[in-house]
Amino acid sequence: MSTSIRIGRRTVLAGVGGAAVAATLGRPAIAATKTFTVGVLGVLSGPDAAWGLVNKYCATATANMYNAAGGFPIGDDKYHIEVVPADTELDPKIAVAGAEKLTQQLGLRYVIGPNTDTGALSVAPVMNRSNTIFIPYAFSRQLYTPPAENAILGMIASYEAGPIIYKYLMQKRGVKSISFLASNEPDALDQQKQGAAAAGKLNLKILSADATYQPSATDFFAVLSPLVRQKPDLIVFSGVAPATAPLLIKAARQLGYKGQLSTETAQNIKILQQGAGKYAEGFISVGGASTPAIESDYMTRFTKEYETVAGEWDDEAGTKVYALEMILRTIAKAGPKALTDTNAFKAEMDSFQIANPFMKDHPPLRYVGTGYFQQKRQIGVPLVVNEVKNGSFQTLFVGFVS
Amino acid sequence: MTQILIDGCVLSANYALIALGITLIFSIINLLNFAHGELFMVGAFMVYYVYGVFHLPFVAGLVVAALITAVIGALFEKFFFAPVMRSSTREENSMLLAVGTALLLDSVALFAFGHEQRGVPDVIPGVMQIAGGFLPYQRLLVLLVSLLLVGVLLWFVQYTRPGRAMRALAQDRDAARLMGVNVERTSMLGFAIGAALAGLAGGLLVTVQGISAGAGPAISIKAFIMIMIGGAGVVGGALLGAVVLGFAESVGYSLLPGSETYLLIFVALILFLIIRPQGIMGHPWG
Repeated sequence: MSTSIRIGRRTVLAGVGGAAVAATLGRPAIAATKTFTVGVLGVLSGPDAAWGLVNKYCATATANMYNAAGGFPIGDDKYHIEVVPADTELDPKIAVAGAEKLTQQLGLRYVIGPNTDTGALSVAPVMNRSNTIFIPYAFSRQLYTPPAENAILGMIASYEAGPIIYKYLMQKRGVKSISFLASNEPDALDQQKQGAAAAGKLNLKILSADATYQPSATDFFAVLSPLVRQKPDLIVFSGVAPATAPLLIKAARQLGYKGQLSTETAQNIKILQQGAGKYAEGFISVGGASTPAIESDYMTRFTKEYETVAGEWDDEAGTKVYALEMILRTIAKAGPKALTDTNAFKAEMDSFQIANPFMKDHPPLRYVGTGYFQQKRQIGVPLVVNEVKNGSFQTLFVGFVS
Repeated sequence: MTQILIDGCVLSANYALIALGITLIFSIINLLNFAHGELFMVGAFMVYYVYGVFHLPFVAGLVVAALITAVIGALFEKFFFAPVMRSSTREENSMLLAVGTALLLDSVALFAFGHEQRGVPDVIPGVMQIAGGFLPYQRLLVLLVSLLLVGVLLWFVQYTRPGRAMRALAQDRDAARLMGVNVERTSMLGFAIGAALAGLAGGLLVTVQGISAGAGPAISIKAFIMIMIGGAGVVGGALLGAVVLGFAESVGYSLLPGSETYLLIFVALILFLIIRPQGIMGHPWG
C-alpha cells in the first residue's frame, strides 16, 4: 500500500512541477511523443448542458495540466492527452450515435460519460461490443453489476449519499420527518424512490414520497405549497439540477418553510447565491474536493486551470475531477498494454490504490463498489457533504464508500 | 386556499405578458412565433446584465430588455419573415422559418451567455402574509408591473393611431392597405411590440425564476397553450388563457402530488380543442 501511495505522490509532484515550469517557459517542459485520446460523451448543449460541459471542462483541464508538463508518463513514454467530446443532447439516440463515433470511428477505448441513466443504459451495448471502459454519472445499478463490467460509476450515487446525510441530520439536527420532491423525469424519480426507501429504513416519518414538478418548471410556489404545509423537518430535492435548486430553495423559504433543505446532487455556490441569495443558507448538498478546508495544492491548481478552460469555476467540477485522473493513473499502473486493451485495465482495478491528489490529507483513492455492485466498478471519490454558510460552501463532513 | 389564490394570481399575471406578445404577432402577421420563448430569454439576460452584473437600476434593465428584443423582433420581421411571406404562398414556410429563428437564438444565447443558470437579487426583498398565505414583495411587484404593462398595451392598441392600424391589419390586411395603412411598417411595429413584451416578461420574471440559455422552448410551449385556450390572435383570449393556465397550475399542484397536473392540463386541452378548436374567444373563420 505504501508503495502505491509513494508512486501517486511522485506522479502528482512531477505533474505539478512540470506544469509550473511549462507555465513559466510558455511551452511544454518535455515534448510528448505519443498521443492518448479519451472521449467525453455528455450533454453539451441545451438546458442541461451544464452536466456534460463540466465533464468536458474537467477532462480538458486535466489534459492541459499534463500536456503542459510534457505529457503523462505511461511505461517509457510520455503521452500527449487529447480530449474528444461528443454531444448527447440528452437524447438516448444521439448518445448511441456519439458512442459509435467515439468507439468505432475513432477507436477510443476510454470514454467519460454519459450523464444520465437513460443515456448510459442506451450506450452500454455499444461500449460492451467494443470493450470500451466508460465512466457514467448515472446511478442505475445494472450498469455496474455483473455481467456488466465496462462501466465505472464516476461519483457517489444518491442511494449511497442519501442514507448517510439523513442519518447525520437525524443525529445532529433532530430530523424526524422527511418529504421528497423530484423533477418528473426518470433519473430524478428513481433517486426520489431510492431516497424514500432509504429514509424508510432509517425509520424517518415520510410525509411525501411522490411529489413532482415538470422538468421545464421555473416557478415552484404552487408545487411547494402543499409540501410546506405538511411541515416536514427535512425536504429533499431528489436529483435536482443546479439550475433548479436555487428556485426551489427560494420558493420554500418564501413560503415560510423553516426546516432543513438538502439534495444528493452537486451544486454550484455561485448559482445558489445568484438565484436564492440568503435563502440558500443552511442548504446541504454533495460536493467535491473544492472547499478550502479539504483541497490540496494540486486541486487549487486544477481549479485555476478549470477557470482558464471554462471561464469560471463550477463547484460541480469538484465531483467530476476524478474521471480522467483515474483513467490515466490506472493505465500507468497497468502498463502501456492497457492503452488499447481494457482487459488489462480491468485486471488492475481490484488492487489499484493511490494517494488522493485532490485532498489535503491525501487519503487512499481506489475503486470501490463491491457492496452495491458485487464488484469494484465505482471510483472511490470521497462523499463530501457541504452546507451553505455565509454565502459559501463549508464542508459539513467527509465520508467514504467502502 | 389563500395560497392557491395568490399563486394563481401571480402566475396568471406573469403568463399574461407572455401570451399577449405572441398573440399580438399572430394577429398582425398571422405567424405563430416559435422564437417567443427565446425573446423572453434574451430579455431576461438583458436585465441580468444591466441590473445583476452592472448594478444599474432595475428599470434601466427593463428598458434595455424591451429595446433589444424590440430591435431583434423588428429585424426578424423585416429581413426574415416579410420576404418569406411575400414570396411564399404556403403558411408552413413562415412557421418553419420561425422554428429556425428559435434555434438560431438558442445557439447564439448558449454561445454568448454560457450554459449556467443566472439569477438576480430581489428588487424588493421580504415576504408579506395575507390571511395565512405568503406573497413575496418581489412577486407582488412583478404582478403589479405586469398588470400595468397589460393596461398600457390595451390602451395603445385601442386608442393610438398605430394601435388602430394594427387592429385594422389584424382584421383585414388588404382593406387596411386600401385605407392608407402602411402595412409593412405596421407589421414591423407589431412584431417589435410583441417581441418587446416577451423581453419585458423575461426581464420581470428573471427576478423570480432566474434564467438560462435553454429556457426558451418551455416558455414558448406555455405561450402556445395559453393562446390555444383563449383563442389565437385575440387579446382578450390571451388574457383569459393566462388566467386559466395560471389557476389550473395553482389548483392542480395544490390538490395533486405533481406530474398529474400537467397531464390533466394537456388532456383537458385536447378535449377542449376537439369541441372548440378556435379557443374560447377565437372565431371559427380565423
